[in-house]
Amino acid sequence: MTTMQNAGSHGPRRGSAVSSLVSMARQLAVPGLIAAIVTGIAFATTRLSGPFGMFVLWAACSLLGLYVFTRRSQGRMAATDAVASVTLGFAALLVVTALGFIVGFVLLKAIPFVRLNFFTQTLEGIDPDSPATQGGALHAIVGTTAQVLIATLISLPFGVLTAVYLNEIGGRLAGVVRVVIDAMSGIPSVVAGLFIYSIWVVQGGFGYSGLAAGLALAVLMLPTVARTTEEMLRLVPGGLRESALALGAPEWRTALQVVLPTAKVGIVTAVILGIARVAGETAPLLMTAFGNDRVNVVQTATEPQSALPLFVYQQFTSAQGSAVDRAWVGAFVLIALVLVLFLIARVIGRSKTARL
Amino acid sequence: MAATMTAPLNTIAHAAAPANAHAGTPIETRHLSAWFAKRQVLDDVTLRMPSNAVTALIGPSGCGKSTFLRNLNRMHELVAGASMSGEVLLDGIDIYGPTLRPAETRQRIGMVFQKPNPFPTMSINDNVLAGLRLTGTKVADKDALVEWALTRAGLWAEVKNRLSAPGGSLSGGQQQRLCIARSLAVKPKVLLMDEPCSALDPTSTRRVEDTIREIADEVTVVIVTHNMQQAQRCSDQTVFFLADEERPGHIVEAGPTEQIFGNPVDPRTNDYINGRFG
Amino acid sequence: MASLMVMGLIAVFLVVQAIPALRTAGLSFFTTNDWRPDDDPATFGIASMLWGTFVIAAIALVIAVPISIGTAVFVNEYLPSALKRSFVSVLDLLAAVPSLIFGLWGLFFLQPRLSGTSRWLADWVGFIPIFKGNGIYTSSMFISGVVLAIMIVPIITSVSRAIVAEVPRSLSEAALALGGTRWGMIRQVVLPYSRGGLVGASMLGLGRALGETIAIALILSFDFTRSLHILQPGGASVAGTIALRFPEALDAGRSALSAAGLTLFVVTLLVNMAARSVVARTNRRRGGGAEATGAKGRA
Repeated sequence: MTTMQNAGSHGPRRGSAVSSLVSMARQLAVPGLIAAIVTGIAFATTRLSGPFGMFVLWAACSLLGLYVFTRRSQGRMAATDAVASVTLGFAALLVVTALGFIVGFVLLKAIPFVRLNFFTQTLEGIDPDSPATQGGALHAIVGTTAQVLIATLISLPFGVLTAVYLNEIGGRLAGVVRVVIDAMSGIPSVVAGLFIYSIWVVQGGFGYSGLAAGLALAVLMLPTVARTTEEMLRLVPGGLRESALALGAPEWRTALQVVLPTAKVGIVTAVILGIARVAGETAPLLMTAFGNDRVNVVQTATEPQSALPLFVYQQFTSAQGSAVDRAWVGAFVLIALVLVLFLIARVIGRSKTARL
Repeated sequence: MAATMTAPLNTIAHAAAPANAHAGTPIETRHLSAWFAKRQVLDDVTLRMPSNAVTALIGPSGCGKSTFLRNLNRMHELVAGASMSGEVLLDGIDIYGPTLRPAETRQRIGMVFQKPNPFPTMSINDNVLAGLRLTGTKVADKDALVEWALTRAGLWAEVKNRLSAPGGSLSGGQQQRLCIARSLAVKPKVLLMDEPCSALDPTSTRRVEDTIREIADEVTVVIVTHNMQQAQRCSDQTVFFLADEERPGHIVEAGPTEQIFGNPVDPRTNDYINGRFG
Repeated sequence: MASLMVMGLIAVFLVVQAIPALRTAGLSFFTTNDWRPDDDPATFGIASMLWGTFVIAAIALVIAVPISIGTAVFVNEYLPSALKRSFVSVLDLLAAVPSLIFGLWGLFFLQPRLSGTSRWLADWVGFIPIFKGNGIYTSSMFISGVVLAIMIVPIITSVSRAIVAEVPRSLSEAALALGGTRWGMIRQVVLPYSRGGLVGASMLGLGRALGETIAIALILSFDFTRSLHILQPGGASVAGTIALRFPEALDAGRSALSAAGLTLFVVTLLVNMAARSVVARTNRRRGGGAEATGAKGRA
């Protein structure tokens, strides 16, 4: 029978990767339907409520049904396999759904209030009761730009040097440095904020400022830049390095003049990912930038400054109706910013790996 | 040997289990072709591998003999982009047909790999029993089965006092025999061996070859080998595969081992077994 | 080098900043629940915060670890390679969403939809103390924990995925060749082989959860009690307290918050170091094991 089919189609029989997903879905169809009915009855008769309870109950009933069906037709091992596979699939689906719901919800909340004025006006002189379509976050956008710029200017050289040290020079201390970088990437952002507050704002006596915020963000950005750059440096072909060393160039020269330029695109990716990580940080800004209602560019180093996440947080906690709406727009811009940065890093990263 | 142990009681309802539990089963392919993505590696291979005999597959690297082997127990399809066409009949039943699921097929057609791969997280004892746990097979006397399988694989005497040691603590040759014992413990009808001795030293190789001869009265053995002497020493039937510019992997010649090595029909077979290419 | 210095500086300056508060409170800093450092007389301690931090992190781990490991295994063992790459992007994106956004989403989206589940739990299993309810099911440690769980899923999943991907193909093929199903292979071979690394991955998630600030500050209603009733409003967290109380704190308060930050720094540092060493040890053991068998194979 099967031979006939094959001879007829002349096509090879496909492998199993995609077809197993399809068959998983097909196996789930009948139990899923029955489970939906059971879930409906359960919701109607007990005091259950909420979509989460509904999903959990439906999933549990489906899996039970799947087990019973498969066990009867294919035996115990196949039934366990089917249930386990679908459960794992549910877990993965949950993760994708979560991202979808988060982005979707922010979009939904923000879209009605997105106006150009958000990008051109500040909150200076805006009455708390005025609608969300008045006043904007220009001062916050400017602040975030300044702070991220400062953080990049600091963490870029240190991060790249650390990566070069780890990857090109090595030595006894490299292991220690790697451990410290790992540990640093686990520092809670609020602790980084407290640190800069202590060293810069209080002990240094410089007060709250955009510069202080930039310093705190640099602490958080450094490990990301260092580790991503290190990964990128590892992609540089060893032959290139060796030919430079063979010409008599010392290690540091090879690193600076041959390896780094080759990995340039990779370093750009590292910086973008670092920015994406810190641009949305809120907690450290509370104790460094402090916040401000007007645009502050010239006095970035000395005066309090706002920032996009800080703006969102403060508008929220003020809890006035229109302020909350404004906060949603801010959240939307923030999430869009992070996603765009991320996509840029992806695109650059891809073209990079394509060329190597 | 068989009298000392209880026959394993498989809880799965077998769709087509032959009555005789202690004999191999013939396996044959009809018009088997295989691809990796667009590249065809096997072309129209029809071959019968008789029961209770050892079939050796020889041929130069890249001739498709390993792919052929992996098509016999549906391991080929695990590679991304791999596909096949044709039939593989285990005792007359198409293993790619609706009667057998892949897992059931593989339970009946065991495989020993090129490099020994005992499970490092399990003891010697648990390695032998791993197949039972994986297939959900219940056995009345596990100790007896472990002893039986390790004896068949020629390893019992060496390990009987340290069954709880990790599988990775054995030497390479011992590990490979442990893998054979592991495969035998699920009582396959067919045992496929993909260059089982290529990672072993000569002494271990001889031990494994002895094992192959010994188990041939219970299972059908198909072995891929690069080693002409090995094919001669331990096989009943030899099959010569070749892939060239005109045609992907195909059978040049198949026949009784003495004939292939003593009096080959095709000149290319003669060239190959006398080491003139490959 | 610079990074070494920064870590040292962080410790030194947090200590400097924290000294006045620690001098005032003494050892009671670790036993007091209440947080009134600016009052006269000041009473403050991190007992309730530390408790709450760990309770919330535990809730997050209970939810996130199975989901993450399940996802990691699914992505690795089931998805075709093209989908695998897109899924990794989804994970990276989820990891890049700012915690502020998670907090807002948790507060406005998740909480209204989750309080029904909370009530249901309290109704049916309320006899177990931690599920006891009092009629209000918002701003609880449970909801904070759920949001935190989503936040730490990306890191646990991506580390787990790397660990699971390193299970040698020869082992999983051996399991399948014995007649095992895919799940059988995962259960008997993949998970046992990866166990150490998966524990490490979960601990990295714990480290992340302990330091999480803004999301908890937005969701939880802080009352500085050592509460066990996770479904009810109330509780506290170290990082959340720092963010919430900092803007309005006076000098004494800020010193006290720095002391809390110092504690958090030490705790997360220890957890992260332990996690990294567990992961590193797993990798080393695997590498060493393979070498050893290889050497013996040649002998």
